[in-house]
Amino acid sequence: MALLEVNHLDVRFALRLSEVHALRDVNFTLERGERLGIVGESGAGKSVAAFSLLNLIAKPGFIAGGEVRFDGKQLNGMSERALRKVRGNRISMIFQDPMMTLNPVLSIGEQMLECLKAHRRISSKKARAIALDKLRQVQIPSPETRLDQYPHELSGGMRQRIIIAIALLLDPDIIVADEPTTALDVTIQAEIMALLLELCEKYNVGLILITHDLGVVSQVTQRMLVMYAGRVIEQGPTREIINDPQHPYTQGLINALPQMATPGEKLNQIRGSMPSLSNLPSGCAFHPRCDFIKRADGTQRPACTQQVPAFVTSGNCKVACHMVAELLDKEANDEARLKETNP
Amino acid sequence: MNASSSVLPSRWERFRDSYLLYSFKRDIVAQISLVVFIALVAVAVLAPWLSPMNPYDLAQIDILSSELPPFWIDGSDAQYLLGTDAQGRDMLSTILYGARVSLMIGFGAVALQALIGVCFGLLAGYLGGRIDAFLMRLADIQLSFSTLMVAIIVGALVKAIFGGATFSAYAVPLLILIIGLAEWPQYARTVRASVLAEKNKEYVDAARVMGLRSKRIMFRHVLPNTLSPIFVISTVQIANAIISEAALSFLGLGMPETHPSLGSLIKAGFDYIQSGSWWITLIPGAVLIVLVLSINLLGDWLRDVMNPRLYKG
Amino acid sequence: MNAQATAMTDQHVPTQNEESTESLLQIRGLKKRFSLSGDFLDQLRFKGGKLVRHQEYVHAINGVNLDIQRGEALCVVGESGCGKSTVARIVMGLITPTEGEIRYNGERIDNLSSRALLPYRKRMQMIFQNPYASLNPRMTIQQTLEEPLRLHHPDWNRQTVVTKVEEVMHSVGIDPDWGKRFGHEFSGGQRQRIAIARALAVDPEFIVADEPISALDVSIQAQVLNLLMEAQHERNLTYLFITHDLAVVEHFGTRVAVMYLGTVCEIANTATLFAKPRHPYTQALMSAIPRLEDDRPQHIRLEGEVPTPVNLPSGCVFHGRCPYTNARCKQEIPVLQTQDDGTRVACHAVEEGRL
Repeated sequence: MALLEVNHLDVRFALRLSEVHALRDVNFTLERGERLGIVGESGAGKSVAAFSLLNLIAKPGFIAGGEVRFDGKQLNGMSERALRKVRGNRISMIFQDPMMTLNPVLSIGEQMLECLKAHRRISSKKARAIALDKLRQVQIPSPETRLDQYPHELSGGMRQRIIIAIALLLDPDIIVADEPTTALDVTIQAEIMALLLELCEKYNVGLILITHDLGVVSQVTQRMLVMYAGRVIEQGPTREIINDPQHPYTQGLINALPQMATPGEKLNQIRGSMPSLSNLPSGCAFHPRCDFIKRADGTQRPACTQQVPAFVTSGNCKVACHMVAELLDKEANDEARLKETNP
Repeated sequence: MNASSSVLPSRWERFRDSYLLYSFKRDIVAQISLVVFIALVAVAVLAPWLSPMNPYDLAQIDILSSELPPFWIDGSDAQYLLGTDAQGRDMLSTILYGARVSLMIGFGAVALQALIGVCFGLLAGYLGGRIDAFLMRLADIQLSFSTLMVAIIVGALVKAIFGGATFSAYAVPLLILIIGLAEWPQYARTVRASVLAEKNKEYVDAARVMGLRSKRIMFRHVLPNTLSPIFVISTVQIANAIISEAALSFLGLGMPETHPSLGSLIKAGFDYIQSGSWWITLIPGAVLIVLVLSINLLGDWLRDVMNPRLYKG
Repeated sequence: MNAQATAMTDQHVPTQNEESTESLLQIRGLKKRFSLSGDFLDQLRFKGGKLVRHQEYVHAINGVNLDIQRGEALCVVGESGCGKSTVARIVMGLITPTEGEIRYNGERIDNLSSRALLPYRKRMQMIFQNPYASLNPRMTIQQTLEEPLRLHHPDWNRQTVVTKVEEVMHSVGIDPDWGKRFGHEFSGGQRQRIAIARALAVDPEFIVADEPISALDVSIQAQVLNLLMEAQHERNLTYLFITHDLAVVEHFGTRVAVMYLGTVCEIANTATLFAKPRHPYTQALMSAIPRLEDDRPQHIRLEGEVPTPVNLPSGCVFHGRCPYTNARCKQEIPVLQTQDDGTRVACHAVEEGRL
């Protein structure tokens, strides 16, 4: 059994004029020590997915169906008290803005000690030793003085290191990182990502990395999910998806990167924009932007506009696309026919 | 968000789907306040047609029917629904006319405050530097005098120089001027704070890059985006202005008794409370409270709906 | 575009002191500092029983020289706080420089009054970073696009203005029917198209783009970048393109200027820079780009973080983090020096052949 299992997760937001379906039928698993990337553009639901893991979705959002299982126990529906024992302790979170986690009026040391003491019965002296040790692990220079400093005295990169130290404080099983380096400069981003990767490997901590940056995902994670309009549309080993994306959206996303085109030439853009979640197109949500709703011979594939695609397995990846499903069927048929003709 | 659909919603449809209407429909206090406020304004505006008699017309006043109680008390006269005051004027009519005067002064003073305050706030916030420092110090000085003090000084001066008769004749514009001048810093500060927030947004830079003059950027681009806090404080300010006017009248520095506002009615009746004619002061007082409360409750609702952070810059 | 890029390589790259007649925009000796100390009264401090005036400055730009050639896209890259956006805003006259001059077509424009600047406003326009803030929320798209036309062409009648707005909306790929709507009804990409339309409406020849795609989603970034390149081809535009994204620079730029702490440390043709970055900071910056290809990133680790621009380091501003620092770097400020291939680098180590 996997450490974390998400089954048929369904999240909705009850808004004034309508109910918005933010996540539909999201399934994934995370093994101990595994690093998973969740990729998508704004509005794809990747942050909602992260927040719903720990039931952190604020009203008007709510989990309408499905389950999140961690270590065999179902997290959604658990009492707030029981959840607190998991949050921060066994699953910790890193947010995009360090100031969301850091309290500006408490010193770094106070915050770290508070966190430790909330979950463990230990002396202040011992807690301080643990805090110092974690600060050393995230390679913060002169950690003793940092403990007495306040968040505003530190630079953005340093704050994010402190956040990582706090996330590691209670030796969690999983770290959920929501766009942890988006607000940072490239050189700092590279260092923070390298640090996160190193620490996760060293302590065998699972990582769920939520990002829009395919480059970061490809460097850090082992498996990835691609999300579009509230659904997972492709999942599998990161390398395979990056090297050979199956879903037209994933293909478009990768091909749209400037590095995929000759300098000065037109970039391969995906036309249109992500639909609003309150007004999704019928069938496959991507079909108005997709170049493959017609077959190679020019005939229309009716399923694309009528039916939500189910996952098909292609190699080690799972893809939700009618076009891919049809191609796979055809291949299977061809193979079967080949076998019939020369047994 | 869905901009690709080609049908444009009409103004009415937009209003129907707006958050303003939605929250109004769910807020029973706001609904009642609006109804009460509109009703009061309507009867005040229509006072000359609604009221049974004209309290300004001395010919209609009969001193013999003075201090008659309201209809539910023994000894009342059916002709005078809410009784009469010490001079024999019909209370209902004087209250209607008085509310009219109070509202006129309230709205007039707020219009003046807004005019001065918005202009100064825009200039101070947008231009900054010395102009900002000068205008804001001016506002600080203005705020260090209370409204009543300014009014007492100006009122006393006018009365001393031009005499009581001139003061009575020009009481309404004078009160508008006094209350308007005393409270403009409220607007100026609120507007300045939201201008400072708007000024750094890129659309203002875009307007500057376009080559637009400062005046046009201030009034065409920045001002429309500071309207919601202006709207919110206007409600509070109207209530404040009405209260200020009542207080001044009560002190004898406002509307004369021949041309009463709610405040001067309360003052006029105050002397007769001891003699048992409580209605002369309490009924106008109750009307004043209901009027001010309904405006304040509406303002509270409006503040919650519109950007709450910009309030009280 | 490719051909153009190679043509640029052959061209003579003007050096700092040379009067170049062909460049559209010249930035000379630009410095900008922002006061941190408030007004005069705030600056007074008691020190040792005496009242002293204490002033602190952020040194945003410390001597920048740049030439932008007609028809090219000069990209300025650097991390936050390096002064790249300040350069853009000074060029557009949104901020006045502390020192130095800006010349447009040989004419000095940094000291002009806003009235005298008006003819230049028609020729130079700007595209902003945040499409959610760059459109006035109380104006319809039609009003937004008409405004610059009415200002710069007061003699045009209503029909001419409307036709021109329709034309420019077409050229950026937005439906003219959207004119009656307000900015908030559109997605980020659509808003950025509208902002581009506003800049293009007056038919400028020079556009300053300050991080125009960094607030957008990946798939939309490609659309907007394509639009900007299309506009460049069709209208023969010159760009000053500010960005932190080197991948975009590689694709879009004719030449690149790398900035660090308010100084330019390297200027080169894009292809040259990406093939052979010279300055140690450029090398570190390039190695930090997350690429799809490599599994294990081997980026150059810089020591520490960017120092504050309040107290600038002595000598080379990069010396505290540079792996090649020696005594000279700590004392002497390096100047841009032209290399054999036309690249200009401000680094003592490169000059001495230590690197």
